Amino acid sequence: MVYLSYTDLVFASLFLVAAGILSFFLKLNTEKALAVAASRMVIQLLLLGLILKTIFTFVNIWVFFLMAGVMVFAAGFEILSRQKYRFKGIETFLIGTGTMGMITFTISFITLFFIITKKPWYTPQYAIPLLGMMLGNTMNGISIGLDRLSGTIVDQKRVIEARLMLGETAAQAVTGIRKDSIKSGMIPLINSMSAAGLVTLPGMMTGQILAGAPPVEAVKYQILIMFLIAACSALGTICAVTFASKRFFDSRDRLRLERLK
Amino acid sequence: MLKITNLDSEFMRFGPVSFEVGPKEIIGIQGDSGSGKSILLKALADMIVHEGDIYLNNELQEDISPDQWRKNVALLPAEVLFWNRKVGDDLKTTDNDTLSELGFDPSTVMNKNTIDLSSGEKQRIGLLRLLENRPKILLLDEPSANLDEDNKKTMENIILKYIEKEKAGIVWVGHDIKQLERVSLKIFEIKGNTFKEKK
Repeated sequence: MVYLSYTDLVFASLFLVAAGILSFFLKLNTEKALAVAASRMVIQLLLLGLILKTIFTFVNIWVFFLMAGVMVFAAGFEILSRQKYRFKGIETFLIGTGTMGMITFTISFITLFFIITKKPWYTPQYAIPLLGMMLGNTMNGISIGLDRLSGTIVDQKRVIEARLMLGETAAQAVTGIRKDSIKSGMIPLINSMSAAGLVTLPGMMTGQILAGAPPVEAVKYQILIMFLIAACSALGTICAVTFASKRFFDSRDRLRLERLK
Repeated sequence: MLKITNLDSEFMRFGPVSFEVGPKEIIGIQGDSGSGKSILLKALADMIVHEGDIYLNNELQEDISPDQWRKNVALLPAEVLFWNRKVGDDLKTTDNDTLSELGFDPSTVMNKNTIDLSSGEKQRIGLLRLLENRPKILLLDEPSANLDEDNKKTMENIILKYIEKEKAGIVWVGHDIKQLERVSLKIFEIKGNTFKEKK
């Protein structure tokens, strides 16, 4: 194995710094978000590296639920902070986190119990990385889908109202926007599945092979993971966007943008 | 036919408002821009939250599904918007005579891109699109604002013919006092926070 020094990492970070400087001079206003996200990535991963081995030694269902809960909440806040518009109160958080938590939990549990069949099913070495991969991708899908939905509804307010005035129901008037938002939430996964093995070498599989696992076994694992994260992300995006699209209207099919912050 | 009792809304500075529209009747609404005429029409179409009772043929608004209500109490907004690509996607049942009467060539208009329509054409196509729902009440928000005198007159004729044929009623919001006085049975005037019949 080639060992990396911290100087190597600093050197590699210079490319990102260059992107930040470009963003600054083009007034794209993304340099701050890039810097914050990059710093968070470094700190979070370093901390995780320190405690991961310890975490994996706790084979306890309550410790598992505690860790899973922290992960779901963290992902929920990420969804929230990617939204240009959100509902007043905690509704957006509930829609995003609720659908994501429910779907990733259900699918993870079924997978761990019936496919992986490691006993107990909550063995953290398997359960935590699996849940993490599903949450990460579902979080992306939901945050893109919800942001696109509310942004388009705000932009298209007058068209939506014009459609309602012609006698369309709220569901009919918003259906095109809802479909587009769901599609845009699913694009990252469709891309990564289509390019898998041809353009990208999925990290988990490559790591396993490099660590000496039989390639075919590693590939099978990767296919399993791809199926699961794609399903999770697609189901999560469909449910979250569909729920949210209903909340823009009241029982008389009136568009209620004042429900947004 | 359309009966409005004590209509009020947080978006309206005037009110509560009560009036009735009978078959073949036109009620004119007049007021400065920003006085809330369009808001009143939106409340009648149940597009905004409001108080008071609105009945269509003795049926309460809340007892009719929102989409059915808006098909029957149809609002033509001041600026008509299109989202379909071709005019033909919007107009399905309008006959050729009506099209030519409004100044369109029936053989080509259906293939026209909605994005290429002038503001006057949008207004007229918008009216035809609305009439295809056979509404019982028309809520017109300055329907001839973008039209020249000739087109204003033909548009007026189409509207008058429609309510004659369908025994429909109209709430007509307008800037053109002469036109409003010509067509309306009664005119209400919005001034500040009052809503009064003009004698």
